Parts: sequence; C-alpha cells; structure tokens
Amino acid sequence: MELHPKKRLEVIVEAPALARILRFLDERGVKGYTILPAIAGSGASGRIWSREGQVGDAGRMVAIVAIMDEARLEQLFDDLYGIVSRQIGIVSISDCMVVRKDAF
Amino acid sequence: MGDILALAGSNLVSPMVLSFALGFAAALARSDLSFPEAAAKALSLYLLFAIGFKGGASVADHGLDATLVLAIAAGAALSAVIPLIAFALLQAISGLDRVNAAAVAAHYGSISIVTFVAATSALTTAGEGFEGYLVAVAAVMETPAILVALWLARAGRAGAAEPAGGTEPGLWREIALNGSIVLLTGAFLIGLATGPSGLAEISSFIIDPFKGVLCLFLLDMGLVAGRGMRTGARHLAAPVIGFGLCMPLIGAALGLAAGTAIGLSTGGIALMATLAASASYIAVPAAMRVALPEANPSIYLTLSLGVTFPFNLTVGIPLYSAAAALVSGG
Repeated sequence: MELHPKKRLEVIVEAPALARILRFLDERGVKGYTILPAIAGSGASGRIWSREGQVGDAGRMVAIVAIMDEARLEQLFDDLYGIVSRQIGIVSISDCMVVRKDAF
Repeated sequence: MGDILALAGSNLVSPMVLSFALGFAAALARSDLSFPEAAAKALSLYLLFAIGFKGGASVADHGLDATLVLAIAAGAALSAVIPLIAFALLQAISGLDRVNAAAVAAHYGSISIVTFVAATSALTTAGEGFEGYLVAVAAVMETPAILVALWLARAGRAGAAEPAGGTEPGLWREIALNGSIVLLTGAFLIGLATGPSGLAEISSFIIDPFKGVLCLFLLDMGLVAGRGMRTGARHLAAPVIGFGLCMPLIGAALGLAAGTAIGLSTGGIALMATLAASASYIAVPAAMRVALPEANPSIYLTLSLGVTFPFNLTVGIPLYSAAAALVSGG
C-alpha cells in the first residue's frame, strides 16, 4: 500500500473560539477536519478541570484536527495563530501518512 | 419586619435553596456527586422552555399594554447602565485592571435566567402574581451589557490596533442567537400564540414537574458553584468578593426604581429587581472568552457563580420581594 506524507494540525482550544476557527478553515478551503470534545485535562496552572464541572461553554475545551498538505498549512498557519494566540489552548503540528492523498 | 423575616426564612428552607446548598456543600467536601453534561443541559432546556411558554401564555391571557414596551426599554437601559456603575466601583475598590473590570462589569449588567426562574418560583409559592412578559425583558437584558463592557475595555486603549480576534460580525450573531435567548424567546412566542388553551394542553409537563426539575437543576448549579469556589476562590481578593455582594444590592435598587416608575405589579417589581441584581454565568463568559480573552475567567466566573448567585438565591430574592412590597404598598 502506498502512503503519502501530510501534516496533521491539532488545535486544542476553549469552546467559545470554535466557531471562529471553523469559519477561518472554511474560508481557507480546508476540506475536512474533525472536532472532538475534551473530557478533562490540566493546564499550566496545574489545576485539573473536567467538562462535567462547567455550566456553559466558557470553561470547556475542544480539539480540532485537520490533515493537509504542508504547503497549504504554511499558507494559513500564521493567520490561524493570530486567531488563537490570545485564547487558552495548544496548537501543534505533526507529520502523518495517509492512503488517499487527494482527500486532503 | 416580621413578614420579611418569615419570607426570608421560608425561602432558605425551600426545597430549591436546600437542593442548591446540598450541591454546594457536596462540591466543597470533594464528593464525586456529579450530573452528566447531557442531563444538566436537558434540565436547563426544560426550564427555559417552561418559563418562556408560561410567560407567553400569561401575556395572551391578560393582554398587552404600554407597560410591556416601557419594561423592555427599562430592562435594556438597566443592562447598559449597570456595567458603567460596576466598572467604576471595581476600579475604585478592587484593584482589577481595566480589561478584567470591564469583563466583570459585563456579567453584572447581563442577567442570570436561573435566578429569575428561582424568583418566579418563590413568588408563585408566596401567591404573588407578576407580569408574564418579564420573560421577554430578561431576554433583552442579556446583550446591552456586553456591548458596554467591550466599549469600556477598549476605551482605555484608544488608538491601539484592534487585537486579532476582536469584534467581528460573527460574534454579534453568536450573542444574539445564543441558544438560551432563542429558546426563551421562541417558547414565549409559542405561549403567546397558543394562549391558555395551549398551556392547558401541556400543563402536566411544564407546570406540575417544574419545581422538582428546578430542584435538580439547582443541585447541579450548587455543585458547579461549589467547585468554582473551591478552585477559583484564590483569584478573588476581599474587595472583589465585597463587590460580588454589594453590586446585586445596587442593581436591585435600580431595578426597584425602574419597576416602580413604569407601574409594574409588586411581583413584577420584585422580578425587575432580581433581574437587575443577577449576574450572568453562561452567555457572557462565553462572549468574553471570544471578545476579551485577556480577562481572567477565574475572576468573573467565580465571582458571578460562586458569590453573587448563592447570595441572590438565599438572601437576595426574599429581600427584593420584601422591598418590592414596601415600595408598592403591596
């Protein structure tokens, strides 16, 4: 089976910023992404938080995962970071391999 | 005075307040008691639908009058003015910086629909009537405070470039179409359209179980507030906590004055005071995380949910009801 190298962008961010990031990805033509709810975690403050302990979206976190070409990622990364840089969260990029290269 | 104390006493031992106290105490004691997220969401949807529908049906039954327009205008004005007072007070006593003071001020100008629901329940138990359209006033009071607070936060950095992720059309759409506002207003309109006959059709669902559901919801709110206090109290200095206890009284005084001036009933004045005294902890925190992410959520969420909400639920609601009876002669 032939595999093709791609980049995996993962943004873990507070839920209220989700709509803004999705609008940005849509505007930049990112075809696909997956959104996952974060159940619980611990941040730089060392405090453990849980999704069930929140009354609204303000304290919840979500993860957005998108796989794309390196060239496309380079085009949009600075602008994406401009959107999320003031929010609570983590942005990471990693290498991955896919089977259907035209799907990303 | 005896009546006021009796009202306060009966409120404190009501199933709703005791349910909240149970949740609060369980969280402080680090119990593993918790509500599944979907269950808590379902309870809040039920309460919003029920209170909106009943408000609309009440208006359909009693008819519309000029007081409705005045009440909505007064609610919007209160929501815009209260953040200005809260901001000035915070700057004077709390030592919070401009952005955090503005974010906190937004919460106090906006409203807590759960506090409103608890107040309507207490008034109903006491046999005190109120204007059904105050549900619409509650919906109107969600947003102006956010606009004023953003202006307050940005006025201090005039000339500075708009930060990335600042105000954008999408934000206002999200605030205006916030799920709570849509459901509350939509249920109000359904109640208005179907009237008392519509209410009779579903009364076994939205009237009979209402207080029991409210108890469960307040149990969950107690858990959330207790957890917030346990983990966030270290972010609150004594003057900030003092603000969280004094600001509801200032808001309530303004609400009492506005309700009296526009000629609301005794129960209506009490509800207007409750709305003005309450602080948001659902819609505004989400808006602040997008519009003012530099503001510390541990301050505004803990203050609103851990200090002001319990104060209003236990002391505020009977106090505002008594004050409304006093000013209206009711």
